[in-house]
Amino acid sequence: MKSRLFKNTATLSRFIFKKDKFKMALWIVGIGGFTLAVAVAFPDLYRTAAERQQLAATMVNPAVTALVGRGYGLDNYTYGAMMAHQMLGMTTIIAGLMNILLVAKHTRADEEAGLTEMILSLPSGRLSTMGASMTVMAVLNSIMAFAVGLGLFSTGIESLDLEGSLLYGAVIGAIGLFFAAVTGLCAQFTESSRGTIGLSIAVLGGAYLIRAAGDVSNETLSWFSPIGWVLGTETYVNNYWWPIVLTLAAAICTAVLAFYLNTIRDVGAGFFPSKPGRMTASVFLRSPFGLALRLQRSSLIFWTLGIVVLAVTYGSVLGETEIYFEDIEFMEEFLPVMEGVSLTDQFLAVLMAVMAIIITIPALLMMLKLKGEEKNQRLEPLFSLPVSRIRMMGSYLLLAVLSSVFLLLVSGLAMGSIGVAVIEEGELAPFITSSLVYLPAVWVMLGVTVLLIGILPKYTGLIWLYLGFSFMTVYFGDLFQMPGWLTGLTPFDHVPGMPVDDFNIMSAAIMTVVAITIGAAGFLGYLKRDIHG
Amino acid sequence: MSVIRAQGLTKNFGKFKALNGVNLEVEKGEVYGFIGPNGAGKSTTIRVLLGVLKATEGNAEIFGMDAWTEAVEIHKRIAYVPGDVNLWPNLTGGEVIDLFVKLRGGSQRTKREELIDRFKLDPSKKCRTYSKGNRQKVALIAAFSSEAGLFILDEPTSGLDPLMERVFQECVKEAKNEGKSILLSSHILSEVERLCDKVGIIREGKMIESGTLEELRHLTRTQLHVETREPSPDLVKIPGVHNLQKNGRAATFQVDSEKLEDVISYLSSYGVLKLESAPPKLEDLFMRHYKGENSGPSGEGG
Repeated sequence: MKSRLFKNTATLSRFIFKKDKFKMALWIVGIGGFTLAVAVAFPDLYRTAAERQQLAATMVNPAVTALVGRGYGLDNYTYGAMMAHQMLGMTTIIAGLMNILLVAKHTRADEEAGLTEMILSLPSGRLSTMGASMTVMAVLNSIMAFAVGLGLFSTGIESLDLEGSLLYGAVIGAIGLFFAAVTGLCAQFTESSRGTIGLSIAVLGGAYLIRAAGDVSNETLSWFSPIGWVLGTETYVNNYWWPIVLTLAAAICTAVLAFYLNTIRDVGAGFFPSKPGRMTASVFLRSPFGLALRLQRSSLIFWTLGIVVLAVTYGSVLGETEIYFEDIEFMEEFLPVMEGVSLTDQFLAVLMAVMAIIITIPALLMMLKLKGEEKNQRLEPLFSLPVSRIRMMGSYLLLAVLSSVFLLLVSGLAMGSIGVAVIEEGELAPFITSSLVYLPAVWVMLGVTVLLIGILPKYTGLIWLYLGFSFMTVYFGDLFQMPGWLTGLTPFDHVPGMPVDDFNIMSAAIMTVVAITIGAAGFLGYLKRDIHG
Repeated sequence: MSVIRAQGLTKNFGKFKALNGVNLEVEKGEVYGFIGPNGAGKSTTIRVLLGVLKATEGNAEIFGMDAWTEAVEIHKRIAYVPGDVNLWPNLTGGEVIDLFVKLRGGSQRTKREELIDRFKLDPSKKCRTYSKGNRQKVALIAAFSSEAGLFILDEPTSGLDPLMERVFQECVKEAKNEGKSILLSSHILSEVERLCDKVGIIREGKMIESGTLEELRHLTRTQLHVETREPSPDLVKIPGVHNLQKNGRAATFQVDSEKLEDVISYLSSYGVLKLESAPPKLEDLFMRHYKGENSGPSGEGG
């Protein structure tokens, strides 16, 4: 019976490896490489034990604890303790995401696409596809665990000992496997792969939030989250292995339940009946703008959440800026000391520029969606209706402009509301103005995007090069000593770095006019060109 | 009054000439069948008419307005169904129908419900889960629930099952009875034959034939099957008889329409027992144009 259910699992596992080897290698290199890069960077950033203790002191506040987890060994803040405290919690999330995306693809997405049906029409067991996915994930997570563990040990950094390093890898592997099993289970319930991914990410997010809430309030609560379990290994400090055993046991139980449910359901069906959608369109979905907003609603929500988290994180370290950067040589290059200006303000100005560039990404995505719709052949039916090109392009542009205002405002508010709490005599207003001052620069980027869509629709990707260049200029311009004419090519260079610099109405006005002019040229091009679908 | 009037439409994509002087005229209340193989230029012509592509040369008018410059005004009065309906995966069919209807403006709610019922569509499902046929139903319901005066349908039934194809044909007839005009591009020649008053055949970006089915049939041959009391030895010698296949006293052949009289009077002297005639199918017409000069009359099947 068993062997019949799982027949061909081995063949299918090899097939998945063959099919996804590039994707999997990228995940391992990405997660492993990032972990090692940070591990190697720490000794350069914090040379002495005293510096590390100073850092540890800044890390003991509820915002950081909620974000990365409770720190262990803070009284002897070794590089190992730093890794386990600052990196491991975040890495568990990324490992969870990797497993969710891969398993959802192997199970529900293939089933939705009808591939599972094809496989089952061959002499393969009913559980072979799910079995193959779980086998592959077991192997992949083991490779990940050993790669990270041995990689960390091989850096030879003091306090990154063999046992701790292997445990560090095991944490990533175990939590990954747990979420692979969770995804396998979620795939039994929902009928679409989007549903599977959504449900699994909800479990992951829930685990993270329970851990965050528990860590700042009640320790017992954290033990209801698998992320709380694995961080309870106190890696590099006390090296407890039993949470790994607990997590693996939970993963196996979850997987067994998933396998059982898989045997008692029909191919293509899920235990949650797919919820019928709306029979009619709401009043919001009755214009090109409503459609543009509806199509990008979830993307906008996720970007807003991400930007709030990022802004809060940055905001929470502002209070310690003075202690943080004074002794770090690298930072002096980065932020040359200026007379009469506090380091906090200088740091804030740089943060605002970085946030503005990050916020430009969703704004550009909102605009480029118009091109994506054309590529997916979904514009033609709309243009066969009495919808003018100006109205269509204008709707997407309006959404992008509104998003840029909204996100810069949210970013300033989020950073400010934490900032005022941690900075002495902090005020909210400067945060908001320092953020909103970047609006004209974002609009220039949007204008260029409109121009590309209108005139060079095949080369809209160039806007990302331009944004990448802008980021390099803003971030490393001083460090690399780029000439002024070069840095001047990006609109972000012409924004006064508030609160250090004063607001400059001229530069804001000129950039807005430039944005409008470039955008208008794009509109003219769009009016004249063929729509390819 | 012409609803569509296109003259000398030319469209170049780089060096490729997709349209090479297309003329097209659709009268009010007329169902116009637009046929031609893949890549002949049907969809390109339609896209020019929709003002989505700009003609390199020539001009196209719909309701007497320029298809490119007055596209928005024209589109208030037309409904379009593409052959490849691409919809937003995370919207439901009902939402898409309403969006289309709302953007066009002016339509009756009851018509929408009636059509959803007739086409047996579940409007509460996300478009992601729809098959090709169901996506086409969404576009057809949105089109036929409108009060458009002109329907432009580009291979609208390629994914429909035979029952739904019949519903579609009813919808076309109802629209015609209401005095609306329809441009129907299709591969399904029997469908065109059943529905259309006029037919235009396009090949390599040129209209090579257009007119009523009667006019087109006149240019071609009638299929005859006869059985006579006596063998008819000289049938093969009569001018206008083609593809003769004899089986004793039975004969199957095609005859040029204008020679029909001669053939019948010849055969009558041999005592006709059975005579079956079939009008030339659109398919024969179509094949004749597409086989071109490469194959003579003997190459044509019955």
